Amino acid sequence: MRPPGDGWRVGVDLPALELEDLTRLYGEREALAGVSLSLQPGQTLVVLGPNGAGKTTLLRVLATLLRPHSGEVRVLGHGLPDEAWAVRGRVGLLGHEPLLYRELTASENLRFHARLHGVGMERVGELLEAVGMANRTEEPVRTLSRGMVQRVATARALLHDPELLLLDEPRANLDPAGAELVEPLIGAKSGRTRVVCSHNPEADLDEADLVLGLRSGRPAMLANPAALTGTAIKDLYG
Amino acid sequence: MSAATDEAPVPTDVAAEHAARTQRPPPGFARTVATLLRKELLVELRTLESVPGMSLFAVTVFVIFHFALNRSGVNGDEASGILWVTLLLAAMLGINRLFVADAEEGGFDGFLLAPVDRSALLVAKALALLSYLVVLELVAVPAFALLLLEPSLGPALPDLPGVLLLGDLGIALIGTLVAAIAVRTRARDLLGPLLALPLLVPVVIGGARATAPLLTLSHQTGPSLRWPLELALYDLVFGLIAYAVFDFLLED
Repeated sequence: MRPPGDGWRVGVDLPALELEDLTRLYGEREALAGVSLSLQPGQTLVVLGPNGAGKTTLLRVLATLLRPHSGEVRVLGHGLPDEAWAVRGRVGLLGHEPLLYRELTASENLRFHARLHGVGMERVGELLEAVGMANRTEEPVRTLSRGMVQRVATARALLHDPELLLLDEPRANLDPAGAELVEPLIGAKSGRTRVVCSHNPEADLDEADLVLGLRSGRPAMLANPAALTGTAIKDLYG
Repeated sequence: MSAATDEAPVPTDVAAEHAARTQRPPPGFARTVATLLRKELLVELRTLESVPGMSLFAVTVFVIFHFALNRSGVNGDEASGILWVTLLLAAMLGINRLFVADAEEGGFDGFLLAPVDRSALLVAKALALLSYLVVLELVAVPAFALLLLEPSLGPALPDLPGVLLLGDLGIALIGTLVAAIAVRTRARDLLGPLLALPLLVPVVIGGARATAPLLTLSHQTGPSLRWPLELALYDLVFGLIAYAVFDFLLED
């Protein structure tokens, strides 16, 4: 695997993410409204908020899977949705859905995604080894436990060596050993720019360079983690 | 890339930029189609959800016709009509399931995150459906000949595969387009046939008219070119329509 370095950074002077008054609707309901922030390459944005706050919607907009309805969104230097083509293949999404076919094996799933991204097959083996799944590669995904599926999904999200990682509760379903295995790949020390949606502020705030709190789709706080108080986080979920 | 998308046209330097950033070129169109088709056939081989059901349905319908008609056999227009309507209804089973695994298991999102031409999914799905239809016909046509057809199938064989293939192509293109629309709705099992069947009426008309002369007792030498050409034209028109609008169907 390629070590972390400037090669996968968008550029020293160019923010990895720039959002200006981002709004996304579902029908007439505002799933996101008035979200503005800037994140530098290599930094981690932790997104907090109760269920339905808009965290997953934000990730899907950044992944180019949902279109922003107003405002400006620049990901890795490219405006969305007009330049979505330039962003695809440079973003890794690890969400609630593993994006794996249940009837295919872990290895077949990863080889499929590797071909779509033009990645060499040797990386499939490397990543399955890295997430501790080297001995279960030929078993259909439907026979794997949820934790194992999450490990394979982690490998899938990293196959193409993405510059930007979009992680929606990435340690969900993982036991401590599994969480430890994926940590160097998706944790702060991976060197990648990361957006992490979390329900576990205690664990994830340590890695944050910027914290966004969402409530009902609107930003309730945007702060440096050092400036955050326990009351602010409690109020967000209150 | 398909021309019809509400995104701005892809700049010509995108592929070069992607290659420079990731140190690898994005996969080409043919390679993407091959990757998607391979996955499609692998999933079908594992689940056997479409082809066996389609084949069993067709054979069952022929058995029902066999007893319901209470005749020694059918030929000409009747035979051709029964064959094409049965194949069309059997094809609907495959069309309804064409995108289900992608919708339910996140395959759409996985594909949309990749730096590939989205039209490749249309081509791969249509080719997969086309292959299902060919296998269906390898089972259904002999069963039809055995259970219902009065004249021997032999004299029809030189021309029949070509006519069937033209019809299959239309069913595959229209079926893929309709399945991509229906799969994102809650009433997909209902919406699929409701959208597809009216669009497929011309295919059935063309297919049945082209096939009828092949299934007569007098064993006419071959179909007139009119109906096969009309089938081919319909296939071409719908192929272009599907290619033009498919990107829109994948947008959120």
